[in-house]
Amino acid sequence: MKLTTLLTSAAMALGLATGAVAADKTKVGFVYVGPVGDGGWTYEHDQGRKAVVEAFGDKVETVYVENVAEGPDSERVMTQMALEGADLIFTTSFGYMDPTINVAKKFPNVRFEHATGYKTAPNVSTYSARFYEGRAVQGTIAGNMTESNIIGYIGSYPIPEVIRGINSAYIHAKKVNPDVQFKIVWAFTWFDPAKEADAAKVLIEQGADVILQHTDSTAPQAAAQAAGNVITFGQASDMAEYGPKPRVSSIIDDWGPYYVARTQAVMDGSWESVMTWDGIGAGMVGIGEISDAVPADVKEAALTMKAALADGSYHAFTGPINKQDGSAWLADGETADDGTLAGMNFFVEGIEGDIPQ
Amino acid sequence: MIRLEKRPQPSRAWSLATPLVAVLATMLFGGLLFAVLGKDPVEAIRTIFWDPLFGEYAFYFRPQLLVKGAPLVLIAIGLSLGFKAGIWNIGAEGQYIMGAIVGAAVGLAFYPYEAWYIFPLMVIAGALGGWAWAMIPAFLKVRFGTNEILVSLMLVYIAEQLLASASLRFLKNPEGMGFPGSRNLQSYESAFNADLIEGTGMHWGVVAALIAVIFAYVLLTRHMIGFHIRLTGEAPRAAKFAGVKPARLILLCLGISGALAGLAGLFEVSGPAGQVSIDFNVGYGFTAIIVAFLGRLHPFGILLAGGLMALTYIGGDIAQSNLGLPAAAIQVFQGMLLFFLLALDLLTNFRVTLRKVEVA
Amino acid sequence: MDLSAINPVLLIASLMVAATPILLAAIGELVVEKSGVLNLGVEGMMIIGAVSGFATAVESGSPWLGFIASALAGAVFSLLFVLLTQVAKANQVASGLALTLSGLGLSALLGQSYVGIKPPQMGMLDIPLLTDLPVVGPILFGHDPILYLGLALTAAVWALLKFTRAGLILRAVGENHEAAHALGYKVIRIRVLAIMFGGACAGLGGAYISLIRVPQWTEGMTAGVGWIALALVVFASWKPWRALLGAYLFGGVTVVQLNLQAAGVAIPVEYLAMSPYVITIVVLVILSADKSSAPAALGRNFHASR
Repeated sequence: MKLTTLLTSAAMALGLATGAVAADKTKVGFVYVGPVGDGGWTYEHDQGRKAVVEAFGDKVETVYVENVAEGPDSERVMTQMALEGADLIFTTSFGYMDPTINVAKKFPNVRFEHATGYKTAPNVSTYSARFYEGRAVQGTIAGNMTESNIIGYIGSYPIPEVIRGINSAYIHAKKVNPDVQFKIVWAFTWFDPAKEADAAKVLIEQGADVILQHTDSTAPQAAAQAAGNVITFGQASDMAEYGPKPRVSSIIDDWGPYYVARTQAVMDGSWESVMTWDGIGAGMVGIGEISDAVPADVKEAALTMKAALADGSYHAFTGPINKQDGSAWLADGETADDGTLAGMNFFVEGIEGDIPQ
Repeated sequence: MIRLEKRPQPSRAWSLATPLVAVLATMLFGGLLFAVLGKDPVEAIRTIFWDPLFGEYAFYFRPQLLVKGAPLVLIAIGLSLGFKAGIWNIGAEGQYIMGAIVGAAVGLAFYPYEAWYIFPLMVIAGALGGWAWAMIPAFLKVRFGTNEILVSLMLVYIAEQLLASASLRFLKNPEGMGFPGSRNLQSYESAFNADLIEGTGMHWGVVAALIAVIFAYVLLTRHMIGFHIRLTGEAPRAAKFAGVKPARLILLCLGISGALAGLAGLFEVSGPAGQVSIDFNVGYGFTAIIVAFLGRLHPFGILLAGGLMALTYIGGDIAQSNLGLPAAAIQVFQGMLLFFLLALDLLTNFRVTLRKVEVA
Repeated sequence: MDLSAINPVLLIASLMVAATPILLAAIGELVVEKSGVLNLGVEGMMIIGAVSGFATAVESGSPWLGFIASALAGAVFSLLFVLLTQVAKANQVASGLALTLSGLGLSALLGQSYVGIKPPQMGMLDIPLLTDLPVVGPILFGHDPILYLGLALTAAVWALLKFTRAGLILRAVGENHEAAHALGYKVIRIRVLAIMFGGACAGLGGAYISLIRVPQWTEGMTAGVGWIALALVVFASWKPWRALLGAYLFGGVTVVQLNLQAAGVAIPVEYLAMSPYVITIVVLVILSADKSSAPAALGRNFHASR
């Protein structure tokens, strides 16, 4: 544990040196997995960083490093930020989980916030968004609007986050349209615009007239536009440039309010380790403007759903729900617990096909 | 007219001077680029080249240079042997992945059993994994005369798919909440390739890289095989008369480079990276090709080149964070460095003269 | 499982679109390699083409100008490779990698202000009657003009290599540069032209991705297509028509696997995704019996000693 002591003592010694600066400026670091110009995941985190700058102006200094590979590179970048006097560091990719915990051990006085992970420490919080709530709103619109009753879904990797989204969208589409059928393709990539375009085209060719995507590029939007009578939803960012049709609404990752609140907490000295999993209510999941291509009654239904999710009167996974194999999961009126949701690895009853794993 | 005249012997003076000139040229033009982007060029250059070595936090970055540079050097040493003999293995990235998968699989097969022999077994498995992957192009070249450049490149993509498969299926952490990726070997003591002396960055991979440098140097200067390698690359016909068996040389060179790349992968997955994940490989196998050339295919040159590349990576990240330089600018900067090093190599092998010419 | 959901006509039509960027880049690289030069910088030239084509199309409002700009940008960018390998006689493998690295970085810098913008659309070919024909209509007459340009280039390169004196010289340079030089051909000049042609084609391929296939600009959006194009050239054993076939195969595997997934066929995606590379290796082995296929001087630099 020699390094640990060395690093801490160095950090503390420097704390004295940089203390004068740090006293009036809170330094917040951001570690990004992609480029800020990806128009999706990393772009939205950077919007969150800008919100912090906007909110605190001169009282805060933000730094970021983009394109940081998961593994030793991320560990080095975090350490460097901590050494340079960062008070709070947001690590914005699931793969940064273990590196974040490692670095946090060496810098007990620096606060870390890890996105989408499940490991915490006294100075490590986790935060994630209940995107599945947004999927419930999407499902409602999609189930109402599909005419072919086929909804296409582009998944990235078969992980709980994505599976939750599929289940939620399916349950709510089915609720308003019992004949609805989901066609799911796995792209096995987070980011490959050309492949995403292909996936969307394939789904459209196979009869889907609604495309839901859990990958970040606008390629599926463009494919839907070219095909004509197909609707889509923006993912991660609003993708408003494809509205009012094909893009009829969107799920927006809105990290700004959370980042501002956590920075404020560090400034106040009220920061403590939490596991945040916020949804529409707290504003972490934004529902992009529902366009005029959606009939008024459907829009109404979607907004009602959104409101119920926001005020907590309705949970997106409310029983009775069976698993795909027909076994009971949630009894009538029962809602899913966060533990099951966090590790969700099964489809609900009615979805065809297997999860590749 | 400028005229090039091939030197009978590569110039020793220039071969030592060109890297320095290239670095200076990169600083100049890189500085211009940073200035265009609205950053202080002097500060940017200082952040990239000086701070990791002698800055305030050098005590942390110097060990990191070892961590970042070791896999590059280890792979590049292996590649350089083949390159010297005109055998082009550009699929080290794939061999690196396979070494990591096979090595980690062996370690995980023992989990959670603790024993001293687990790590050595993993090392052997990692080397074998990389070796076996390199034997595919080697065998095809020897048996059918198939182009090894392309086969080894194709095998990179296949290895990447196997990596995805390993992370999502057969090596997936059963306690990982359904997320892709294997168990973290850092928390499995028998399989963890930890720093030999805490905080120095000296893990087994660094040791292996240093041994490889010395081994390659001895092999090339003192051993018959080294002579054969050099002869084959410089004068293939003469090599034939000297009794060099090309098939054996191909198997040997590809085998060594594959095994070393596999080792690099194993040391990385069991140490700094800790786990097999979809994005485990970050391009060391390709960067090592560049390192091999920057080092003039000479073992000590490669050692320095590996350190230089590692420096630009680490310094680049610092510059991003402290100066707000975009990652892309750092990438262009690295591209420039390569560009100048490669271009100025001309001076080593050719004499540039100004005179009138009859034939262009 | 419902295989009837797969419409073979649409499948072939979309496979042709998926194949076009690979085909364009591969045809260019094929000419480069025929001249005896191995340029591993295809990915870098493609992404430079993608960004400059996109930016030009957005600024001018004309996708056609975008494509012209992408070809020019690809060719100009390839001059860096020319400078390294033909002037400074640097190693081609390392130079190609340097080109890719710089291209990815430079394109990201150039494209910073173009993220999230929709480019102007290029019209589809629409010939009354013909485009409406069943089966043949969508496959043969319903695409964008650049797709046809790709096919035309394939034919042109094939004809050039097979029937013209220029093609003969190109091949001679690629087979034995010393002999070609002795016969009085300007080896370096021919290679420079070939490399620039390769750059222009790669640029077009990149712009096809950013302007038609996706269409948008994001960093690193070519996502490895340039490397596939390199594989394709070998797969095609340096023959243009086989490159076309190969492009359809490479592009097709992705489209077919997505189709199967959507139809509910449980397939291990990773294994299908690696199949084009396995096939390429097999083809390579088969071809290596035929020693005539690969340009003999591939990857070797030329310096006229006299």
